[in-house]
Amino acid sequence: MTGSEAVSDEGLEILLNDLLELYGYDFTDYARASIKRRITRLFTIDGFPSFAEFRYRVRNDQDYLKRFIEEITVNVTEMFRDASFYRTLRKDVLSVLGTYPFIRIWHAGCSTGEEVYSMAILLKEEGLLHKSLLYATDINPQVLEQARSGIFSMTHMKQYSENYIQAGGKHDFSSYYSASYDRVKFDDSLRSKMIFATHNLVSDRSFNEFQLILCRNVLIYFDKDLQSKVFQLFDDSLETLGFLALGAKETLRFSPLAQRFKQYGGREKIFRKMS
Amino acid sequence: MKRDLLAIGGSAGSLEFLIRSLPFFWTGLGLAVVIVLHRKSNGDSTLTNLLASRTSLVVKEVEEKEAILPGVVYIAPPDYHVLIEKDFTFSLDYSEKINYSRPSIDATFESAADVYKGRLACLLLSGSNADGVTGMKAVKAAGGLTAVQDPATAEMAFMPRRALEEVAVDFVIHESNVKEFLEACSRE
Repeated sequence: MTGSEAVSDEGLEILLNDLLELYGYDFTDYARASIKRRITRLFTIDGFPSFAEFRYRVRNDQDYLKRFIEEITVNVTEMFRDASFYRTLRKDVLSVLGTYPFIRIWHAGCSTGEEVYSMAILLKEEGLLHKSLLYATDINPQVLEQARSGIFSMTHMKQYSENYIQAGGKHDFSSYYSASYDRVKFDDSLRSKMIFATHNLVSDRSFNEFQLILCRNVLIYFDKDLQSKVFQLFDDSLETLGFLALGAKETLRFSPLAQRFKQYGGREKIFRKMS
Repeated sequence: MKRDLLAIGGSAGSLEFLIRSLPFFWTGLGLAVVIVLHRKSNGDSTLTNLLASRTSLVVKEVEEKEAILPGVVYIAPPDYHVLIEKDFTFSLDYSEKINYSRPSIDATFESAADVYKGRLACLLLSGSNADGVTGMKAVKAAGGLTAVQDPATAEMAFMPRRALEEVAVDFVIHESNVKEFLEACSRE
């Protein structure tokens, strides 16, 4: 595969423009290197003979469009990924949120929901789940459906269990799900506090005020202007003294909002809104 | 042709070679270096510090949207692919592993070839899988300079050998000609 020739830079712009004009999906402010790589990969694995046919399918076949959106957005996620992040979340953030009568959390770009379930487990272990609501949103309805089901593949559970233990988990990880064949289903008590909805960070507005927003490894796919827009959206959606948690390689530091936020919790990318 | 970026990829056994070669990298080299190594994702900065101790160049981990500057050695962070944008900045990507690897050498080589075209050099070091070979083909096709560590001296010969089998590689590197290769990269 010499991917870079399959979809040219010009072809990429044509496709992104089609998605916006025909369907209202705005990927035009996405960082190009990653999305070009993903579109090229899809072109190759779906075996299109020409760019023209690829474009025709995207423009005319609704079922293929679903696949296209699902494949070009990155949906890689894990439960309890970055043990130190979850330890800090438990120790320094939940201890503060626990003093509130009611806790509202937003997982922005939640994908298939692994982080939402991780959070629900943390809240349960800290005795806070009963007074919490977890809003989980993504641009992609397919991944939300999967997240809502609470069903995950058994193959990852060994890794997740190790992550959970490293993250300071207090119980036996397998006590949170029931297994059947190659799949597991997480407890309904966790799911009962989750609300799933489609939300597009590019075009949709703030819909509530939260005390904690998590958006990890989503902003790396956006260009700088779009990153600023989304930071503004998060600012509009956070209470004063609320927390914003980003991915290990993402930062608020270069945003104009940086001065009103304080990095919180040592080296983790957790920022607190001070005013 | 002068190269603006040297992309180096390595897996098992490549760290030794880097430690011994980095002292040959001089400040006036006039190109940026990006190093993609397969490694455990423990998130500490030991590797960056280790390599920094071997050269007078600035050595730092890649930050997302960072401008790529000559005279700086950038290290791919654990667990992210490193890609390059048309405006010569880095972007990070947390998508699926490629060749069981994240960071993947292929991802960086291909992305760099797309942006730098002929003004790119790539070097593939010791390793026991074939990550980097496809990327090297893309570099070659774009007119970039290609090099591999001599399989005879590499701790793990598989990776450079596969590259030699599949690409008409320009340079075979052992410790004694690292400097010559770098000079070829910086010549107009």
